[in-house]
Amino acid sequence: MRTDLKVNGSPVQADVEPRVLLVDLLRDVVGLTGTKVACDTAQCGSCVVHVNGMSQKSCAILAVAADGADVTTIEGIDEPGELTGLQTALRDLHGTQCGFCTPGMIMSLLELLRRNPTPNEPEIRTWLTGNLCRCTGYHSVVRAVLRVAQEAASAKEGAK
Amino acid sequence: MTQETATQRVFGAAIPPRENAGFVRGEAVFTADYTPPGTIHMELLRSEHGHAKIVSIDTTTAAAMPGVRAVITGADIAEKLLPLPCIWIPGGVESHFPPHPYGVPGAGFVLAQERVRFIGESVAAVVADTPYQALDAVNAIVVEYEPLPAVVDPRAALAEGAPQLHEAVKGNLNAYWTCGDKDGTDKAIEAAEVVVELDIVNQRTINNPMEPRAAVGEYDPATDCYTLHATSQSPHNHRFLLAALVLGIPFNKLRLVATNIGGSFGTKGYLYPDMPLVLYLAKELGVPVKWVDTRHGLMRSTVQGRDHTQKVVVAGTRDGKITALRCTSWSNLGAYPSTIGPGVATALMGRSISGPYEIPHAFAEVYAVFTNVVPLGAQRGSGRAEATYLMERLADRYADAIGMDRAEVRLRNMVPPEKLPYDNGLGWTYDSGDYPTALRLALQHAGYDDVDRLKAEARERGKLLGVGISSYVAICGVGPSTRMSKEGMLGGTWESGNVRVHPSGEIAVTIGSQSTGQSHETVFAQIVADVLQVSMDVIRVYRSDTEKAPYGQGTYGSRSYSVGGPALYLAAQEILLKMRTAAAAFMGVDQSVVEYRDGVFSVPGDPDKTKTFADTAMALWYGWNLPPGMQPTLDETVFFDPPDFNYPFGSHIAFVEIDATTGEVDVTKYVAVDDSGPIGNPLVVQGQVEGSIVHGLGQVLMEAARFDDEGHLLTDDLRSYAIPRATDAPFFDLDRTYVPSPHNPMGVKGAGETATVPAAAAVSNAICDAIGVRDIPMPITPEKIWRALRDGADT
Repeated sequence: MRTDLKVNGSPVQADVEPRVLLVDLLRDVVGLTGTKVACDTAQCGSCVVHVNGMSQKSCAILAVAADGADVTTIEGIDEPGELTGLQTALRDLHGTQCGFCTPGMIMSLLELLRRNPTPNEPEIRTWLTGNLCRCTGYHSVVRAVLRVAQEAASAKEGAK
Repeated sequence: MTQETATQRVFGAAIPPRENAGFVRGEAVFTADYTPPGTIHMELLRSEHGHAKIVSIDTTTAAAMPGVRAVITGADIAEKLLPLPCIWIPGGVESHFPPHPYGVPGAGFVLAQERVRFIGESVAAVVADTPYQALDAVNAIVVEYEPLPAVVDPRAALAEGAPQLHEAVKGNLNAYWTCGDKDGTDKAIEAAEVVVELDIVNQRTINNPMEPRAAVGEYDPATDCYTLHATSQSPHNHRFLLAALVLGIPFNKLRLVATNIGGSFGTKGYLYPDMPLVLYLAKELGVPVKWVDTRHGLMRSTVQGRDHTQKVVVAGTRDGKITALRCTSWSNLGAYPSTIGPGVATALMGRSISGPYEIPHAFAEVYAVFTNVVPLGAQRGSGRAEATYLMERLADRYADAIGMDRAEVRLRNMVPPEKLPYDNGLGWTYDSGDYPTALRLALQHAGYDDVDRLKAEARERGKLLGVGISSYVAICGVGPSTRMSKEGMLGGTWESGNVRVHPSGEIAVTIGSQSTGQSHETVFAQIVADVLQVSMDVIRVYRSDTEKAPYGQGTYGSRSYSVGGPALYLAAQEILLKMRTAAAAFMGVDQSVVEYRDGVFSVPGDPDKTKTFADTAMALWYGWNLPPGMQPTLDETVFFDPPDFNYPFGSHIAFVEIDATTGEVDVTKYVAVDDSGPIGNPLVVQGQVEGSIVHGLGQVLMEAARFDDEGHLLTDDLRSYAIPRATDAPFFDLDRTYVPSPHNPMGVKGAGETATVPAAAAVSNAICDAIGVRDIPMPITPEKIWRALRDGADT
């Protein structure tokens, strides 16, 4: 079946079997391997991308069901050479160890920060329950998001 | 406490790991991201039975399906791929293994021959143009099984009449292994004023690194050489074992490359069937063959952890002196020995049981047993975590039995610092440490004196508050090769580091170990930058490729930094020594008057005589007018084999609050004081400590691999097997002490897994404290707590 979508702003047209998952289309057809696959049951969040601006597990969407969608992957969130504030905070506060769950976490957290630019610790932890990490115990990730929130709060304060 | 070395340059600085930039952009390449042109895909058919005879395998339908290039079964490769080997056997005792034609201990076939012995055993492989086609074809293979009686419990497997797994292993017993003083221990227990006992099941858990395993095999007919890209945390060792003992090809013809690895915690230090299979099939089919596991596959086929069933006893006086400790343990090795499983199950556990305590008589015995479950291996803190759990549970029970404060009992029995180095009577000689200081510091952080008030306060809120202490010593830094041979290791356990200075003065650092998330590209650059007093920016760290890196044994047992680090440190010192000699010659002075600081060689009092680091490197590159006997260029490799292990230690204190109505448990505060010697990068180590503690919380609160009586794994995905999520732990209160190890020139010790070691016992002790019961088996779920509260009695 044919599926036409936009990935990171560029049109993608593919002829895929109806059963092909969006994550496989992104990784194997489009060649964007930043999105990871770590479980078979939509538990781990390693494959989270944005579909029409919403964070979604791309292992739980068929590629053909994404027909017409605007998809953003980890490769599409920053200008080349320039990191988002969240990426910078994760890098600097070591919110990533092996790095495998990191792209999915970032895609998920970007939506949290869009909805609520100044989340508190419980809000961050609750939001993160859709993403599994075995290295960090999540603490350094939470610290990184808190820093982004603090920066957002300061910027807001400064703008007053 | 503050690290005194923090005033040094780069060593000790909390530098954000440089590899993080690639991770946060999703640019870092993992094995599953590597797809050379023309790649086709392999899928494995795994056993659906815990124990069964294979009557027939019909592959005709599968072979005729679209895109399918090959379907192979055990019969097809019986003469071509040898069984996997086991290289860490129980040391110093008689042991029995499945056979291997080369006489080494066998660890099972690449594809099952006639029989399957565990649920995830590989039975057949399909290669097709796409992963989806390969999966379709795997599902079209028809295997007729004749189920055989299975046994999944190690004690049941030793009983007369139990189903037998291997002809060469009578009674399913791999080994009966002991350490310590049996008679003295038995007598001391008999004569003791106080004796407390516990039956413990240190349950089987599944490592679950986030990245499933993967392998890509390539074959070049022009050179008859193979390349394997694999999720291997021991590339050199796996190359050696695969070439010599599985593929039967010259060592020279196999290259192993590990790219970024998405966590391991033990899982990826082992040989698995996919590794030789993708190489064999790449040669047969003339194209690269790629295999990527699923979570389901990982949970059924990669090594699992813990799994000791124990009867443990501690004896002591009424006034608080522990006099004896005994542990009888049945270790469930699973259906086959994994690459290093039997050694993990015996020495790492048994020799560690007395923890930081001075116990006059101690004895451990381990029955290492084969059963019809997934093979056992290492898991973060393996052996030492099981040992600490039993000792720390017993310490609380003993304190309660004599009516003494639990912290006081520990302080009274800890090996005093002046007695170090200390022979624990079980085979380890603790190298250094100050155990009481670490515990006192933890008690101070915890506000231990105020606990009664906190408990009363919690009760007013309808909560039961409990506090649990857990102190530990965790052998790390495997290790001295000769010593490890006595522990049953069939190989060396040294590590390497290479420093090469380019003519530009930039530096290439190459290590033999392999990161699985430990920020090697940063922490090893820090060591060299510190010794050579140059900027981190001019240093690049290479690893992972057996064609380029010096030999190393890999990353496991918290050894990369404490064994590989000193190798690199010494290599950098050799570089500096050679540069100093050369610079002195170039300046026409004796090298004793040459000073080196911040990248410049100089002669104090003679400002005309200076030579920069880069100039000296360039001069050595040219090789003109070198001092007599000096070779051109700067390229030094050091292999470091430590004189003995290193012994990190510490004390953790957990606070839990339990909802008496529902049994729900919250870890509300967690104090960890750890000692891993001098810390090269506190940011990296903090991350490892936090992750390690949460891993331990996972075991005590939620994780368990469950098999039914026929060997079916009931917890084979992340819906049925829980691992901690972000809401399961609060921020921790972390501190450390800095006692250096005498066993390497940097004084460093293992850190990557040590904080897992005490965590489960700390929480378990806290829960038992909160609800006033003797013991609750792990995982301590709300249901078990609720039942314990309802029944009111000892569970």
